[in-house]
Amino acid sequence: MTEQELSFEQSLARLDEIVRHLEKGDLPLNDSLSLFEEGTGLIRRCGTMLDEAEQKVVKLKKGPDRHPQELPFEDDNA
Amino acid sequence: MSAERPILSVTQLNEHIRSLLDADGLLSDVCVRGELSNYKIYPSGHHYFTLKDSESSLRCVMFKSSAARLRFRPENGMSVTVFGRVSVYPRDGAYQLYCTGIMPEGVGDLQIAFEQLKEKLAAEGLFDPSHKKPLPPFPRTIAVITSSAGAAVHDMIRILGHRWPMTKVVLLPVRVQGVEAPPEIAGAIRYANEFQIADLIITGRGGGSMEDLWAFNDERVARAIYASRIPVISAVGHEPDVTISDYVADRRASTPSNAAEIAVPDQNEILELLRSYEIRSGQAMHKQLSQLKERLNSFRQKRVLTDPSASIDNRRISLDYSRDRLCAAQERILSGKRQQYVRLASALDAMSPLRVLSRGYAVAEDETGGTVKSAEQLHPGELLRLRFADGGADCRVEELLSGE
Repeated sequence: MTEQELSFEQSLARLDEIVRHLEKGDLPLNDSLSLFEEGTGLIRRCGTMLDEAEQKVVKLKKGPDRHPQELPFEDDNA
Repeated sequence: MSAERPILSVTQLNEHIRSLLDADGLLSDVCVRGELSNYKIYPSGHHYFTLKDSESSLRCVMFKSSAARLRFRPENGMSVTVFGRVSVYPRDGAYQLYCTGIMPEGVGDLQIAFEQLKEKLAAEGLFDPSHKKPLPPFPRTIAVITSSAGAAVHDMIRILGHRWPMTKVVLLPVRVQGVEAPPEIAGAIRYANEFQIADLIITGRGGGSMEDLWAFNDERVARAIYASRIPVISAVGHEPDVTISDYVADRRASTPSNAAEIAVPDQNEILELLRSYEIRSGQAMHKQLSQLKERLNSFRQKRVLTDPSASIDNRRISLDYSRDRLCAAQERILSGKRQQYVRLASALDAMSPLRVLSRGYAVAEDETGGTVKSAEQLHPGELLRLRFADGGADCRVEELLSGE
């Protein structure tokens, strides 16, 4: 499935395209149905992605070779 | 007398003087101290005034766009420092100061330094809108360049997580005040670019005094922001604080919290958008299906228009009708001809010599076969043939008789 590779942004753009196509109403029924299915799948996937997302926060430190090292972000304010 | 000297038009002379003034480095970026007089604001929004000291005066104009940024109301008699460039107004043949900022007397050196750096960087094009990069609508990773202590970073992380938890937040801790702050901030911006750490940078700090915010008025920070390939949101202090970083950045946020709101979409809005897509596609699908159903029904009702055999049937009927008409016409012509034939045949029959002969008459023919119609044609001894209805007889003329 190619839609697995779409980013969230691309998914929204594709959804917009799909809905516009469907709303024009000039597609053969078979094409409409497969677009509708694709759209429903994208909507479900985007919703799941948002529901399951957990914010990642890291603190960056310059490693010995200058390359970035990720450290857990601890609350310096506490 | 004037043979060797070119004669200029007034316009040419004024243009020449203007190009001389415009080429002068000092005049293109000056600070002038003086007293405001004749201050007028025109309906166009431009400000006109005269700057004077005890011995001299200077005509000044401040265009609407610059005047809009004034933080105080200029009044006649005020001692001020004015920033801008000197050029010629060709219509009047007068030079004047095209003013981009006015500062009341008594503000500190920092403010003057700020205005001067702003003028300089603006002239270099560091604030050009055309250089500003669009922000990614759904950033994957945001580099936050600020102090790891303080409320600002926590506010930002909280708001980012609340609005759009899919974005990873990478903190690059830096000092945000003191002499080390500007090189650290500028270095972190360059570092984020070098290792492509994020697709969006937020740099800034919470509110404070002008001195506290000063790192974000540093030229090194401004140049690092300008050079960043990753879009930068500047988020310094509170709403009214404006720093050089704010001018250079791709987007200015009024506070760090506001930067977090600008940086990512609100998941509630996106969920709402997804719901609207769901509803719209459902409605569109429903509409198409019901339209198809409706059309199908109308096809059922209007068989003649849509069923191809119906039109063939019609043609067949019309063909049959034509054939009938053709046959009838043929019949009419034939029977007419037949009647005519019968009439002619009976007329012919009535006139037939055979019919006459059958009533007992005979026809005389001479030797050549011609019909003898008169006795005067005949001579005694001549041969005649008499024809009867059923045969004939050869005879010889004996005697001619006169007609009676």
